[in-house]
Amino acid sequence: MSNILEVKNITKIYPGVVALNRVSMDVREGEVHALIGENGAGKSTLIKVITGAIEPNDGEIVYGGKSYSKMSPELSRQLGIEAIYQEFNLAPAVSVAENIYIGSKVNDGAVIDYKKLYSEAAKVLDNFTVEISPKSLVKDLTVAYMQLVEIAKAIARNARLIIMDEPTAPLTEDEVGNLFEIIKELKKQGVSVIYISHRLDELFAVSDRVTVMRDGEVIVTKDTKDFNKEQLIYHMVGRGLNETFPERNVTYGEPVLEVKELCGNGVAPVSFTLRKGEVLGLAGLVGAGRTELVRLIFGADPKDGGKIFIEGKETAINKPQDAVRSGIGLVSEDRKAQGVFLRMSIKTNITVTILEKLAKWGVINRRAENDCAVEYREALNIKTPSLEQLAGNLSGGNQQKVALAKWLASKSKVLILDEPTRGIDVGAKQEIYQLINRLAEEGLGIIVISSEMEEILGITDRLLILSEGRLSGTLMKEEYSQTTVLKYASGEQ
Amino acid sequence: MKKALDILKKHSVEAVLLVLMLMFTIVKGTIFLNINNIITILRQSSILGIMSIGMMFCMLSGGLNLAVGSMVSLVTVTSAVFMTSMNIPWPVAFLVSVAICTFSGWATGFIIVKTRIWPMIGSLAMQTILSGVAYIVCGGLPIYDLPKGSIIFGQANIGVIPLPVIILLAVAVVSAFILNKTYFGRHFYVSGSNVEAARLSGINTSRICIMSYVISGFLCGIAGVIMTGRVSSGQPAAGKGMDMTCLTAVVLGGVSMNGGEGKVSKVVVGVFILGVLKNGMTIMNVDEYTQMIVEGLIFLFAVCFDSLQRILSERTGKKKAA
Repeated sequence: MSNILEVKNITKIYPGVVALNRVSMDVREGEVHALIGENGAGKSTLIKVITGAIEPNDGEIVYGGKSYSKMSPELSRQLGIEAIYQEFNLAPAVSVAENIYIGSKVNDGAVIDYKKLYSEAAKVLDNFTVEISPKSLVKDLTVAYMQLVEIAKAIARNARLIIMDEPTAPLTEDEVGNLFEIIKELKKQGVSVIYISHRLDELFAVSDRVTVMRDGEVIVTKDTKDFNKEQLIYHMVGRGLNETFPERNVTYGEPVLEVKELCGNGVAPVSFTLRKGEVLGLAGLVGAGRTELVRLIFGADPKDGGKIFIEGKETAINKPQDAVRSGIGLVSEDRKAQGVFLRMSIKTNITVTILEKLAKWGVINRRAENDCAVEYREALNIKTPSLEQLAGNLSGGNQQKVALAKWLASKSKVLILDEPTRGIDVGAKQEIYQLINRLAEEGLGIIVISSEMEEILGITDRLLILSEGRLSGTLMKEEYSQTTVLKYASGEQ
Repeated sequence: MKKALDILKKHSVEAVLLVLMLMFTIVKGTIFLNINNIITILRQSSILGIMSIGMMFCMLSGGLNLAVGSMVSLVTVTSAVFMTSMNIPWPVAFLVSVAICTFSGWATGFIIVKTRIWPMIGSLAMQTILSGVAYIVCGGLPIYDLPKGSIIFGQANIGVIPLPVIILLAVAVVSAFILNKTYFGRHFYVSGSNVEAARLSGINTSRICIMSYVISGFLCGIAGVIMTGRVSSGQPAAGKGMDMTCLTAVVLGGVSMNGGEGKVSKVVVGVFILGVLKNGMTIMNVDEYTQMIVEGLIFLFAVCFDSLQRILSERTGKKKAA
């Protein structure tokens, strides 16, 4: 078999990060090539280079024997490269047939020949064993069928290489089997597939070869049959902890937060207890329900059931207001959209949670407000010339400190940090780690979500691992190993 | 030089007002710039000013109230009907009418916030509905012969200063106090700046947003009482078209269409800019239709300015980040 695609020594550098470091990989005709790696290993960046969404700094892409220094979305499409992302690109209120031929024409002239459109679409859909009517509306389909429409779209455009990003994530088991049948059918027709998945079991069922990526580099490419699961995990992790995490005196106090059978928002009933002085980690893959779980605790999304106890007392938390009142603070993962008020002053940002308490008869005590802001600017070492500065003008790390400051100002007992170090530089990260330690020593109960494996293993005392909305494992510090976490995270009990 | 530019940038609204006044003074001299004319401008601006401050509360918290004109019309006709055909004493009639108007503000806010429809669409629907109600209440015709006492809010003077101007001043001072000095006021800015972040900070954002419409309704009630006095009648079309004028004044005053930014004093200046312009154009015999075009152009200019400023700051922000 000849290669349909070869990427050679692709390098992509972002300010401060080497996202791809001399990555080389090839895909044969009619091959299913699995691409795996942890969050942030560089898979998505590589895919974007192949589809032309981003330009590499260096390297070469050879497709069908021709060499390109970079792709563009139009070019890659012309060449027959199609990507199916987790978020579908479909027009929901429009028929299946029209979606399949979206952006292209089945007949000449300005008027659509629906008869031809439907019959052409039906021909494409005949590739699948399942029945989808070309006339049905996309919004009436199940997620699995929507995915099929995406695949049909790729086939209708004569795709020679289809990239599937976590295609089984939204599917049920039966539907997964069905998808594998379709992939086999595509193979028979000589179509190549790059298959990205976190579910290692699937790779053995569907792929011919596997490429493992880690930290922006390709670690190994081999025939799938030459791997076993442990080896795959070993290659994915393949390193010790190389970042230093500050030591902390761990002393646990009373339980500060107890969650009993809490469910909703795609999270199956979860129970756990958080003690004063404890740093509890929530691990799992993106989409495992970590953020959803903490949003339930915080009352940001409606819950289907379960109870929450704060310092032993059952507390009804139905909206964020209730959570704040009972001493829970949430630093959300999307700092810019949910964490800070970019167009407001740093002072306003810090005092927003306790403004009511800084007021007498509703009138804000300016001096008290200022003192409070100064106190937490210093406590968190927020680097700014003035507290009147807009939060939007700060660096990511300092913005994060501002987002944290408001919960310290309100004297939270439970602090939930969702990806607290995302997008901030190394120095600021260390500051955040030290801060977490200090706060835990002061007796706060802290929950940390992080997709960075080293980080979550380094700063937490105990780890809850979620997989597909349910708790799949609990690890104490002494039991920590990346391999075990990854095993639980990929859904093994 | 840079400092002068900074000051000019900070006070661009005030500068526009001054330039405008200077222009009319140069062209028309004392016909424009005399104490009587200035007082006339102030009096004519006061109703719009009170309505605009109410509108400002809505826009600060991320909403919009295009029903303010209909609300004013409604107050004039309900007051008039209460006073004339129902013989209710005028102070009571006004109180009840203001209460009705405040309630209609609450209803507007409640519907918009709870159903999460676009504020523009929701308030536009209320504009039509309330206007219809106003016509039904008065049977489609203006109601005249109001009790003597009832017109004082529109026509009385304290010294040389018209009472409506004093009411506007009072509303402006109280509103500025609430917005700048109280935590309740701060919550309007915070909610408008980023509603999700505000909610996750423990602020009852729905209540704040609904409250902004209640305040807008209440201030329209007061504006309606003054209007009743000024036209000495209940006019079902009294507030017609004032929604847009209000919006123009508020945006001119630098309140962002995206919420979260704005000052009461600047909105009042925005109102005066429109007042001076209208007065000046009328003195210069510019016909009504041309005035409409000018008003529309000013509105367009103000919103474009608001939007372009945002695009520019986003661009420079991105550059900084990269």
